[in-house]
Amino acid sequence: MSAEAGRAVRQWRPLGVLAGAAGLLLLPLLLEQYKLYLASLTLVYLILAIGLNLTLGYAGQISLAHAAFMSLGAYAVAILVPLGVPFEGGLVIGAIVAFFWGLVLGFPALKVKHHYLAMVTLGFNIIVFLVLRNWESLTGGSSGISGIARPRWGPIRFQSDGAYYYYILGWAMLAVASAHWILHSRWGRAFRAIRQNEMRAEVVGVSLRNYKLIAFAIGSAYAGLGGALFAPLLTYIDPGAFTLDRSIQFLMMVVIGGLGRFEGPFVGAAVLTLLPEALRRSQGFYLIIFSLAVILMMLFMPKGLVGIWDWIVGRATHRGLGPAGPPAPGGPVTEVTPQ
Amino acid sequence: MRDVPQLFVAGVSIGSIYAMAAIGFVLLWQTSGTINFAQGEFVVLPAFVMVFFLTVLHVPFAVALPATVVVSILLLGLLVKKVLVERLLRMGVLPLVIATLGLSMLIRYSLQQFWTPLALPFPTIFPRAPIRAGGVIVSSEDLMNVLSAALVIGTLQLLIRRTKLGWAMQAVAQNRDLALILGINVSQLVGLTFMLNAALTAAAAVLIAPIYLVKYDIGIAIGLKAFYAAIIGGFNQIRGALLGGLLVGLVETYAGAYISNQFRDAFVLLILIGVLLLKPEGLWGVREE
Repeated sequence: MSAEAGRAVRQWRPLGVLAGAAGLLLLPLLLEQYKLYLASLTLVYLILAIGLNLTLGYAGQISLAHAAFMSLGAYAVAILVPLGVPFEGGLVIGAIVAFFWGLVLGFPALKVKHHYLAMVTLGFNIIVFLVLRNWESLTGGSSGISGIARPRWGPIRFQSDGAYYYYILGWAMLAVASAHWILHSRWGRAFRAIRQNEMRAEVVGVSLRNYKLIAFAIGSAYAGLGGALFAPLLTYIDPGAFTLDRSIQFLMMVVIGGLGRFEGPFVGAAVLTLLPEALRRSQGFYLIIFSLAVILMMLFMPKGLVGIWDWIVGRATHRGLGPAGPPAPGGPVTEVTPQ
Repeated sequence: MRDVPQLFVAGVSIGSIYAMAAIGFVLLWQTSGTINFAQGEFVVLPAFVMVFFLTVLHVPFAVALPATVVVSILLLGLLVKKVLVERLLRMGVLPLVIATLGLSMLIRYSLQQFWTPLALPFPTIFPRAPIRAGGVIVSSEDLMNVLSAALVIGTLQLLIRRTKLGWAMQAVAQNRDLALILGINVSQLVGLTFMLNAALTAAAAVLIAPIYLVKYDIGIAIGLKAFYAAIIGGFNQIRGALLGGLLVGLVETYAGAYISNQFRDAFVLLILIGVLLLKPEGLWGVREE
């Protein structure tokens, strides 16, 4: 039964995507201001989660500096736009700086075992936080930068919350499309090959270190992009938004969604943005519930919420890319992270 | 410059406490490949347990100390191994790493919600009277901390070097598969390592609590220092963790006193980055391939 059910899901999939896109386009008409802000925030987090999913989910590298990379994009926009640089210029510069730092951190760390990247990125996030807080002439120190302008294209201004939502939506769609393209390119196949079996990947000629490095740097660039969009959404940034805790949250986002699954970041970003709002009155308990959920998920559902969906649909095999993807090379993969 | 020797003792004192947490961290890595991101909370929880024994149950110190160590071994050693590690170890490194991140949050915020968000005072264990020796003034608390840490670490070294259990641990650390073939019960050994680690963090908790005060979120700082110590000294060597711990303690003490208190942690991080760039296996570590 499972194979037929899987096929049925696959057939209905384009329709579902269309319905989802239509829903996203209509959101500003339906939602009040605060809820629209949450929708925009979810899209920003989606971009960040897509990046981390490339790094962690597909290439298996733990990054604990995603918030730091995000801050590079956010501060690039906040500092450069008032100097006359167009918003998109600041955004691209932020993403490039994040990409560059990804290379700088990844290059020595990936020379040794993979846990070093976790350590290096952890240190990097703390250093970036300290620099942001103490380099007052550039970053405004702990009081941050306020009055960050939203982008404008000549007469078209994305000043209102609704307009800026569409602006973010455009970038989010670009991020989704580019990630889809990357994962279906030669690179993407190499990423997946690495995650499934490092030794086999190396034997068939994948240069592990270079691909991991590129995967990490691309993931960081997505974080820079997300950060650049994040700053004008709040119109205010300070170092407190880019702490190590925030990086860990992004990590959890990807894990709860479903590691190495294309749908994972969608689910993770939505759940981790909306759940705290739903449980707002019990801030402290939310964190307890959240951490318990993470532990239980690792124990019993390491494939994340997407895994639960798979289970409900009852597909017998799990493919690296989900229903729409081509068959993974070398047959179905069942383990999350084979040693 | 009169306070150079005094600061040295203070640095070694705090550094030897970091070293205890770092050594436990390294032991876990060696025998089970666990990167324990909850190591800081593994120090905080016993500190709270100790406060509970002392101020709620009003138990004398001589009873509270061993009781704390036992509770720590049961909760953070046995329970964590049985519930989390046993199942997750089979799935590779990543799920366990993420689970320990979750565990650190769970312990931290449970203490905040169910106990107190405030800092609890902790009774001083050793008198804070200054000791004068030839123009140099040294805090007796620092001196006793160093001696206690040396005792704990020395005992551990003896255990690892001179007992069958220690040899088995070394064997597993060197080659897990081979140790398994040789008939070593690796799973049991991993459990024992977790219990050893819990005992180490409990000892570190008792020594560090009078310095840091007992608060739900101090584990973040302590855990980070243990990480830094392990990486700087050498991630795969106990002696490396010891060296790293002392170095971290000394650097932050001197930097805090002479350069800038605000950037105290930055100096340790600079060393960390330098080590990762130039000698990623650590100052006293062994290269892993």
